Amino acid sequence: MNPDTLKSLLAAREAKKAVALVSHLETGVQALVFTDRTEGDLLLDEDATTAARNALRDDKSVRMRRDDVPLFVQVFNPPKRIIIVGAVHIAQPLVTLAQTSGYEVVIVDPRGAFATRDRFPGVTLSEDWPDEALTALGINNRAAVVTLTHDPKLDDPALHVALRSDAFYVGSLGSKRTHAGRIERLKEAGFSDAEIAQIHAPVGLAINAKSPAEIAISIMAQITQVLHDG
Amino acid sequence: MSKGTIDLQVLDHDEVLERAAAWHQSGKNVAIATVVSTWGSSPRPVGSQLAIDEEGNMIGSVSGGCIEGAVVHEAREVMSNGKPRLLDFGVSNEMAWEVGLACGGKVEVWVERID
Repeated sequence: MNPDTLKSLLAAREAKKAVALVSHLETGVQALVFTDRTEGDLLLDEDATTAARNALRDDKSVRMRRDDVPLFVQVFNPPKRIIIVGAVHIAQPLVTLAQTSGYEVVIVDPRGAFATRDRFPGVTLSEDWPDEALTALGINNRAAVVTLTHDPKLDDPALHVALRSDAFYVGSLGSKRTHAGRIERLKEAGFSDAEIAQIHAPVGLAINAKSPAEIAISIMAQITQVLHDG
Repeated sequence: MSKGTIDLQVLDHDEVLERAAAWHQSGKNVAIATVVSTWGSSPRPVGSQLAIDEEGNMIGSVSGGCIEGAVVHEAREVMSNGKPRLLDFGVSNEMAWEVGLACGGKVEVWVERID
């Protein structure tokens, strides 16, 4: 691997840009395919370039053959993100699990005092109102949104944005009764049944979780399941 | 492989290439192994990487530990002659036992040197 190619690849990752590394599996010569350009020692035709961009879109590294040349397309997409609304107790173990699972974590909580930096090392904190925060963050299909506040004033605005975003997962903490009330409010706000049905509530897989850490495990397990199974 | 450290902390996060680049920067010989295809019950998905330096330091993984030894052996060759190679760990029982892929499965691993 050419050190310049490696350097360029790492710079793209640092800048959170999607890039595919295409390797010729006989000579070892490589190219980098970005969404808008290519670079490197390996010359790719349009067909191969498109295949590499498709691999980026599908988030799937793939081995392929082009003109009898064995190629490997390795996908480097920006990290998955979890946006947690509510810097509550459960958020602490959830942050740990999410980071260990390779997610970047953003915590949104406008109630200043809750979102203290010390409690959440390595986490991006936003004290904006959840709808504004989520809009500013840009929720793409690599993002999961989890609301934990129990407070409609905070959870609902987050859901208003999340349900009409590309988020691959939306979950809301709260009992069945809490969720029934939430459904009523969302309907009044003009959300369709299909939109509301995206919400995983009660949040998490049913593992009889009791403690904050156990609930966090059930949430992380569910996010993992949805990520891979859809 | 007696010396050096094996960092099992970083399995899913991609700090493998960052570390490899840092090793290379400090003047060391570095090889990168990448899973390029799998079949059957392979423990690590396509794209998984393992970096090795000339002192035997490792980061990342290309299997649940079963073929790492063989991959490191090949990586030393690649580090010394600079020729990248495609390794094929098959399903045949004998081979599976030999390389420790007792789980059954097939893995292709691409090994290259940074240079």
